[in-house]
Formats: sequence, structure tokens, C-alpha cells
Amino acid sequence: MGLDIRTLSRTGQTIGVVIAALLIVFMPAMVELFDLMQYTIFVVMGVLALSLGFIWGFGGILSFGQTAFFGLGAYTFAVTAINTDGSWAAVGLAVLVPAVFAAVLGYFMFYGRISDVYLGVITLTVTLILFNVVNSTAGDAYTIGTAALGGFNGIPAVPGLSMPGDPDFFFGPEENWYLSAGCLLLVYLALKGLLRTHFGRVVVAVRENETRAALLGYDPRIYKLMVFVVGGAVAGLAGGLFTNWGAFVSPTVFSLSTAAQIIIWVTIGGLGTLVGPVLGCFIMQYLVMQIGTQQTFNADLVMGAILLGFVMAIPMGLVPLMRLGLVGLVMRLLPGKARASDATHTETTAVEGAK
Amino acid sequence: MDLAAVLTLDVLNGVASLILLCTGLAVIFGMMKIINLAHGEFLMLGAYATVVAVEAGINIWIAMLVISPVFVGLVGLVVERTFIRLLYGRLVDSMLATWGLSLFLVGLITTIFGNTIKSVPSPLGGFTIGAYRSSLYTVFLVVVAIALLGGLWVLMRRTRFGLIARATMQNPDMAAAMGVSPPRVYMATFGLGAAITGLAGGLLAPVAGVLPTMGAAYIAKAFITVVAGGTSIIAGGATASGLFGFINQTASYLTTPVIGEVFLFVAAIILIRLLPQGISGRFFRGSL
Repeated sequence: MGLDIRTLSRTGQTIGVVIAALLIVFMPAMVELFDLMQYTIFVVMGVLALSLGFIWGFGGILSFGQTAFFGLGAYTFAVTAINTDGSWAAVGLAVLVPAVFAAVLGYFMFYGRISDVYLGVITLTVTLILFNVVNSTAGDAYTIGTAALGGFNGIPAVPGLSMPGDPDFFFGPEENWYLSAGCLLLVYLALKGLLRTHFGRVVVAVRENETRAALLGYDPRIYKLMVFVVGGAVAGLAGGLFTNWGAFVSPTVFSLSTAAQIIIWVTIGGLGTLVGPVLGCFIMQYLVMQIGTQQTFNADLVMGAILLGFVMAIPMGLVPLMRLGLVGLVMRLLPGKARASDATHTETTAVEGAK
Repeated sequence: MDLAAVLTLDVLNGVASLILLCTGLAVIFGMMKIINLAHGEFLMLGAYATVVAVEAGINIWIAMLVISPVFVGLVGLVVERTFIRLLYGRLVDSMLATWGLSLFLVGLITTIFGNTIKSVPSPLGGFTIGAYRSSLYTVFLVVVAIALLGGLWVLMRRTRFGLIARATMQNPDMAAAMGVSPPRVYMATFGLGAAITGLAGGLLAPVAGVLPTMGAAYIAKAFITVVAGGTSIIAGGATASGLFGFINQTASYLTTPVIGEVFLFVAAIILIRLLPQGISGRFFRGSL
């Protein structure tokens, strides 16, 4: 029968994408302007969550310093936008510069066969170097073109994007919503598509067993490097959107706490999925926002407890957990014959989730 | 000449601080292969223990050298019993869990003490070398660092606990077959590492601003020093501390403290690239 789990999940994904697209289109008509701006930053961070969800969940590369690329993208956007007065070159460069940086750093790491903890240490260290360097750029000596880097004060009053072809029309909150949410959906679809290609399959093979992939004739180093570069580019895009949203950037984009947050999003949402990190990102940002308005609990305390709880109790994360639940439900509804083949599928999902 | 003396003291101080910062982490990483990302918060707890004790009227030396290590050591035991013991062999999960713990502790201390900087007066006065003034506390830190390494060496090489701990580190299954209980050894080791970290935090209290987020400033430095040092606790930790402390202080003197830190981090990255198993993975194999 055509009613197997795989088609079901494909259908589910298509429905999800359609709903997301409809939400994006009608959101500005449904909510207040202030809320719309809040949701815009949610989706911008969702792009960032996707970048780590991709390289960690599918490439097996745990980057503790994904903020390095996010921050580089944010600063590149600011500097370019100031120098060119809101041209779209800022977006292009915000993607390009972090990607090139990721290529150089990744070459150094993967071709040095650095892995596990050491990879985490190096990426974390690189973020902190950038934080320290940018933090100390106060003063007139540190300018790129007309943009002063401003040290720990950051760069204020960054011009936003203007409409292509109409340089006098600058993006407002509504246009920024369409841009950011659209980017999130496009990046999601692009990564999803990438994973379905031959390249994507090899990437997952390398994650599963590097030696075996190498014995089959694939060089794990080049695949990991390419995954890392894609992740860097996506994080850079998120950085650019972030600066465009707030018209401001400061060295905190490189900070340790931002780096920690991204890892929490991915852990909670579910490693090895693309929806999970985005969902985890939305939930946690919403939670932090609510805690911020209440002033009874400290946000760090709650975040820490949640991360600890998830690692101990639900290491697979929310989305794989929900999938398991759904599969169980479907199996109970299906007649006995279909069950046998589905059971094996459930098992692989569980194994993947546990990674 | 006087300048050279002061600079030497500076470098020694930098090295001693690094040794104090990273030894607790190195004990836990070297013996149990657990990267404790709450290390910075253990330091912070040690510093707060000293501040609270001094405010309660306890002698500062007792606060720094006794209360801080004992308190953080106990916290370490509780942490190990509650969840670290469930995560042995799961490197990434233990990193994530301890990161969660670190956020939790920052939030907890912020809730209790507020987000303000506390401080204790630095004991001991200063002394002069020619035209330069330096603080005696600097010299004291160097002495403590040497005593710490010496004490650890004696503990590991000359006592029964050290023998059992080293055996468990090398081969837990074999140690278990000989009648040793690896979980208990791990528990004791984690407590020891936490206590050393608490000591470092207490000693840091008079020279650093004590606030809930202070741990973040040290975690990266301690982390890279331990990883660059490799799994041998004393030989690796001391050489990495010596190297990075020297680079950091020299570059700071020649340029600015910020550039000094950048030099430290870049040197660490290059070192890990050249020696992926750390310094002791290459040079002091099998030593402590």
C-alpha cells in the first residue's frame, strides 16, 4: 500500500512548508507591529540555528564557535552598508566573508585531522579572539572606509537595506519580516535539498563512519570542509540579517553566551533534523522573552536547567521525540501487515535521534 | 636590570595564574576524560566563598586556603553524584551537561547576590625593586602554584590513593578486577579537581572582580591550556602554562593586554595543530 511512513513524512513536510509560507505572508496582517519585529528577530536567529543544526546534526562537526561566523557576517554587513548606504552588496559580503573565513579555518582543522574536543576548543578560541580584537577597536584608528568599528560600543546607526532599483525606499519592519522569514524558509529548503543530493548522502555517511566512507573512496576532509563552509555562509547570512534588523552591532555577537544559546537550541530541538533547531530556537527565545518580562527568575538559571534536563532525560531532542510518538500512533492505527516494515524504520529513527 | 626583574616577576605571575586556573580542570580531564565546562563557575563559587567568609569576619587566609577549596570540593562531589556519573564515556553529552550547569550556577548566584562586583582587599603589601613597585601577593601566588604542583605530585606518586587513581586512569576495567571501585575513584577525583579549582577561585578573589559571570573570562584560557598540555596533569599542564604564560605576558608588555591574549590564543591554536595529542602526548608520555 502507498501508506508507508516515508510518504507520510514527505506529505507532512510539504504541508508544513505550505503552512509556514502562508504564515509568512499573512503574519504582518495578523499581529501588532511591535510583535512583528520580535518575531523577525526570532526567525533571524532561526537561520543561525539552522547553520549549526546542519553542520553538527548532519556533518557531525560540533562547532562551539558558530558565533564567529555570525559575528563576522554582522560586522561585514554593518561596514559594507555604511560604506555603500544600504546596498545589497552588504548581504552578499555578509555571506561571502564568513564563508571564506570558514574555508580557511576549516582547511586548517580538517586537513590537520583535528576532531572532537579539539575542534570545539579551536572554534571557541577563534570566537573569543574575534571578541577580544573587535572589543579593542575603539578609537579613530580603527575604521574601514567611513565605518568606525567603535570597540565595545559597537557600530550604531547602520543603514538598512533599500529596495533594489529604488535606492530611496528603505526597508521597514514589514519588508524586513518578509526578507528574514523568507530567508529562513529558503535556507531550510536549500539545506533539505542539499541533503537529498549525492553530496548530502556522503556527508551523512562521513558522520556515521569516517573510516568506512574513506574506504569507499570519499575523502572525509573535503566533505567536512564543504559542510563547514556552508554552515559558515548560513551563519553569516543570519549575522547580516541581524544587523539589518537592529541597525546596530556590538562585539556581543561573538560572545560565549550567544555561542551557548545556539548549542542549546539545537540540543533541545533535536540533533539530526533541520526543523528541530529552528523550533528549539523559537521556544527558547520565546521563553527568555517571557522570563525577561517577569523578573522573577533569572534567564540563565532556567536555560541551564533546561539544557541539563534535556541532556539527561531527552538527549534526542523534541522533534525526533515527537516523530517517534507519531510513528507509534500511526503504527497502532495501521493493520498488522504494514507494521513489520515500519518497525525497522522506527528503530533507525531512534538510533539517529540518539546520536 | 630592575626592569628585567619586574618583567620576570610578571611572567612568573602569569605562569602561576595559569597553573592555578587549569590544574583542577586538568585533573578531571586527564583522569576521567570529562571536559568540565562549568570550570569557570567552580572558580566563581570559590571566589564567592572567600568573599562571603571574609564578610562574615573570618580571617582571609583561612577563607582562601581552607573554606573555598572545601566548599567547592563538596559542590563537586554533589555534582558528580547527581549527573556526571551518568555521563562517563559520553564526551559531548558531558560537555553539554556541564555547560548547562555553568549557566545554571551563573543564574543562581545572580539571583542570590545580584549582578554587582564584590571584592576583598588584597592581603600583604608591596615591595620595591629600584624604581618599580610590585605586590607581595604576586610572589605568594607563585609560591602557591609551586606548592600545588608539588603537593599533587606527592599525592599521585607517593600515596596509596595516587597509585589507585593512576591505575584507574590507565585501565578502569583492570583496576575493577583488582578490587578497586572505579566509580568511587572517579568521585574522589572529581571532588579533588573541584577543590583545586575552588582554591584557585579563592586566591583569585583579591585580584579579580568577583561577579557571577567572571568564570567566562577564564574558561577558554583554562580549556586551551589543558588541551594543549595533553592528558598528563603535571608535566603537560606546567609546560603549557609556562609557554602560554610567557607568550601572554611578553606580548602584553610589548603591545597591550588584549593583543597579549590574542597571541596566547593564536599560539594555542598553532600548538594544537602541530601536536593534536597535546604537549604531553608527544614529549612526556607516561609521566604524570
